[in-house]
Amino acid sequence: MKFGSQVRAIVWKDILSEIRTKESITSVLVFTLLVIVIFNFAFDSSAETMNLVAPGILWVTFAFAGVISLNRGFLVEKEENCIEGLLACPVPREAIYLGKVIGSLVFMLAVEAIGLPIFAFLFNLPVLSLQIIVITLLTTIGFTAVGTLFSAMAVNTKAREMVLPILFLPLVSPIIISAVKASSMALGGETWGAMGNWLAIIGTFDVIFLVASYLLFSFIVEE
Amino acid sequence: MTQIRPSVVNVINAEAITKTFGVHDALRGIDLAVNPGESIVILGPNGAGKTTLLKILATIMNPTSGSLFVFGLNVKDEAENIRRRIGVVSHQSFFYSSLTIYENLEFYARMYGIDNHNSRIKEVIEMVGMTDRLHDRTNTLSRGMQQRISIARALLHNPDIVLLDEPETGLDQQALSMLWRLLRDDKEKNRTVIVSTHNLERALEFADSVIILRRGSIVYQQLAKSLNSSSLKQAYSENTVEKI
Repeated sequence: MKFGSQVRAIVWKDILSEIRTKESITSVLVFTLLVIVIFNFAFDSSAETMNLVAPGILWVTFAFAGVISLNRGFLVEKEENCIEGLLACPVPREAIYLGKVIGSLVFMLAVEAIGLPIFAFLFNLPVLSLQIIVITLLTTIGFTAVGTLFSAMAVNTKAREMVLPILFLPLVSPIIISAVKASSMALGGETWGAMGNWLAIIGTFDVIFLVASYLLFSFIVEE
Repeated sequence: MTQIRPSVVNVINAEAITKTFGVHDALRGIDLAVNPGESIVILGPNGAGKTTLLKILATIMNPTSGSLFVFGLNVKDEAENIRRRIGVVSHQSFFYSSLTIYENLEFYARMYGIDNHNSRIKEVIEMVGMTDRLHDRTNTLSRGMQQRISIARALLHNPDIVLLDEPETGLDQQALSMLWRLLRDDKEKNRTVIVSTHNLERALEFADSVIILRRGSIVYQQLAKSLNSSSLKQAYSENTVEKI
């Protein structure tokens, strides 16, 4: 019960901070919209081309938007050294980790919820289907699970904007590739069964990333 | 399982504590025993290891080697139970600048699992004389005010030990007087207080014991009642000035 209330307090604090400052949401949304618009002009508008390139464009956009938002995730804790204030509290490090993951997840899903309809409108593709929504949700869970761990690691480095993508993107590439493949099948009108293997890969990585990051987080923040 | 030392009377028992950052030894075999209600002042030049020692005592940082028992509990196994009874004031406020003082204190109250936190927040904020700013964002406060609310945060859960790392940094005379008055109040309440400072006079007025750290080692330890201002200055100078 107390663990849950501590996690909720961390999520509430992160969301309230973001609502007040709008620092991350502004930069991430501008980036997302800009990339979608540029790619929309870069390719011809034939249905064939769009079906071919759209999944890649979608996940490149969300992956890099995610990196920007994760980079900022722990900056708020660095200001006035709040992370030490948190570490001095009788709160399990795992609660801090889960709170930060849920906060980042809510934030990224909000960006995706705005990005997907715009993508659907500009590319004229059915990305607001249940299949794409499930793929997006599963991929974002794995992405934020491991991204939060790397964000905590990178925040103390001088070149954190560079360190996070270099360390993090190679690790999440299996779920990004799987998301691209599954999205491509969904846009091609395939059934759930046909994309089952790709969804299973994303789900498996989600579990591995969540469990490993949950267990490793205390070592990262205490040393 | 809770590991309790049978014959513990000290609230803090540190033995041979070391801390290494890469090739740099920040602490080199610190032994420290603190009695309940004792006030200890840690003196020392910059880089002596005061902050590192306080972070280890606060269980924010793990020592590289050595043993540390707080309230008879081993920090390796019982860190969470120890943290429940320690308050920390640092150079920085630990406050989120986009939240109000009340929201910050409410957040920390939840972290400490304080029931009925509303009345406790009002109590501590009144203690530091900041009631009229309770709903202001912390980024609108002066350095002195931020330090006051830091003290309020550290006392929120009514800790048995308060650790303060150079709490005077950036404070004006009025805020300094208030800080030392609050520390004296803590002393009267039999709270154990460990504070690092560069202010030798205030240290002498306040402390039961004075410790001087140099290059990660305790080079001097004395009861404050056996010292006066000039003997402390002399001890400080003898133990901290680099010999050429």
